[in-house]
Amino acid sequence: MSTHAKHLRGLTIATLVTLTAGLALTFFYAPIELNEGFVQKIFYVHVPLAIISLMGYVAGGVFGLMYLRTGKKVWDLRSYCAIHMSLIFSIGGLISGAIWAKAAWGHWWVWSEPTLVSYLIVVLLFCTYQPLRFSIEDPERQSTYAAVFAVVGGAFVPLNFIVVRLSVQYLHPRVLNLEGGQLPASMATAFYVMVAAIALLFVTLMKYEMLAKSTRMETRRLRRRVLGDDAVAPVSRSAAPV
Amino acid sequence: MAWAILRKDLTVELRTLETVPAMAIFTVATFVVFHFGLQRDQLQGQLAAGVLAVSLLFAAILGTNRLFVAEREQGGFDGFLLAPVDRSAMLLAKATALFLYMVVLEIVAVPAFAIFAAPPGLGGALGGIVLFLLLVDLAFALVGTLVSAIAVNTRARDLIGPIIGLPLQIPALIAFAIGIGKELAVFPHRGPGGVIRAFTYHHSPSGEWLLVLALYDVFNALLAYAVFDFLLEE
Repeated sequence: MSTHAKHLRGLTIATLVTLTAGLALTFFYAPIELNEGFVQKIFYVHVPLAIISLMGYVAGGVFGLMYLRTGKKVWDLRSYCAIHMSLIFSIGGLISGAIWAKAAWGHWWVWSEPTLVSYLIVVLLFCTYQPLRFSIEDPERQSTYAAVFAVVGGAFVPLNFIVVRLSVQYLHPRVLNLEGGQLPASMATAFYVMVAAIALLFVTLMKYEMLAKSTRMETRRLRRRVLGDDAVAPVSRSAAPV
Repeated sequence: MAWAILRKDLTVELRTLETVPAMAIFTVATFVVFHFGLQRDQLQGQLAAGVLAVSLLFAAILGTNRLFVAEREQGGFDGFLLAPVDRSAMLLAKATALFLYMVVLEIVAVPAFAIFAAPPGLGGALGGIVLFLLLVDLAFALVGTLVSAIAVNTRARDLIGPIIGLPLQIPALIAFAIGIGKELAVFPHRGPGGVIRAFTYHHSPSGEWLLVLALYDVFNALLAYAVFDFLLEE
């Protein structure tokens, strides 16, 4: 199962380089924003985290669909790792967003802000992914149900955003709107490099997680072959694919 | 085939009176709880709409939890899987059953709401409210059936169902609550000195929210139809 290890070294280096470059651009190249001052720098972390985690959820849904279509275990693993990683990124996005909201608008939480609210709903939905997996013992059924959930959730993400956006008036600065945003060039450069860096970080961490999980499975299989079935303790109930 | 399952469900419900009366009692109790929580004798506009929407959502979740229990406990799933029929029949039957439960529930719950919350302008808005109720029931039924089918085969199904269901129902809840809120909106007319002379119940156009709700129904119907088969495999 060493296929997950392919390109991992190059990917890791690329991630480190891009992340360093992105942070350097953020702090030394992008100008200090006039109204909000230094705090606005959190935007270069918060927005990429949010965007990438949402894309991760949708990707998890696509992988889930692939699992349902092909029945190959690797798609289940991909779906699980994508959603797992997205959850971690989402927590980062929510916390950094709350800090930014406090600094920029004076409140930790702003209900009139559709992006924030719909993001919270999506996170609340995907928080149930692991409890769902954990409460299904049969691994096959766990994978199938988790895939169905991932497909439903992945389709829910854009729809939820549309509905919530309809329901409240705008407040959030639209960064990636159809007019191309109103960022000055220097800020845009730093921002797009950070988006690329966070995306690379997501892919790299996801691949590491997949590698770790598949290595663990492989080790268990080999131990069982060498030591016999009885010598290897059965896996305890797990939310992750085993 | 869907008709057979639906008839079975309705017969069982009529004989045992297990789900719908419980949903009705729960909804009325929720109105009472809201009364004490909000400390208002009369609810207006958006507040009234929110109380109605949340109470109905809770009742829908209650019904959702029970939807597949008989199939699970008495081997109905196995029998259904052995039969050479389209799996979507189960989705159609169960969603219709839940929809009908909600409609029957609302025949009790809306008058109770009118008595307990006494929102001004309810009578004039009734036509719009009925439309909204039908569309939101459809969303509750479709999402509920899908979630229930996922949750029923898990160990902690009473917990998994609601926690998955609530976020998925939020778009329907938003559209329903805002739509009903607009239907029930109250505009005070102030006389000299700012004294409120009269109220008008201007039922502002809430057609866009009907449309949102209808689109959400279509979306969920397609989604449920696409993935439901996978939930019935052994």
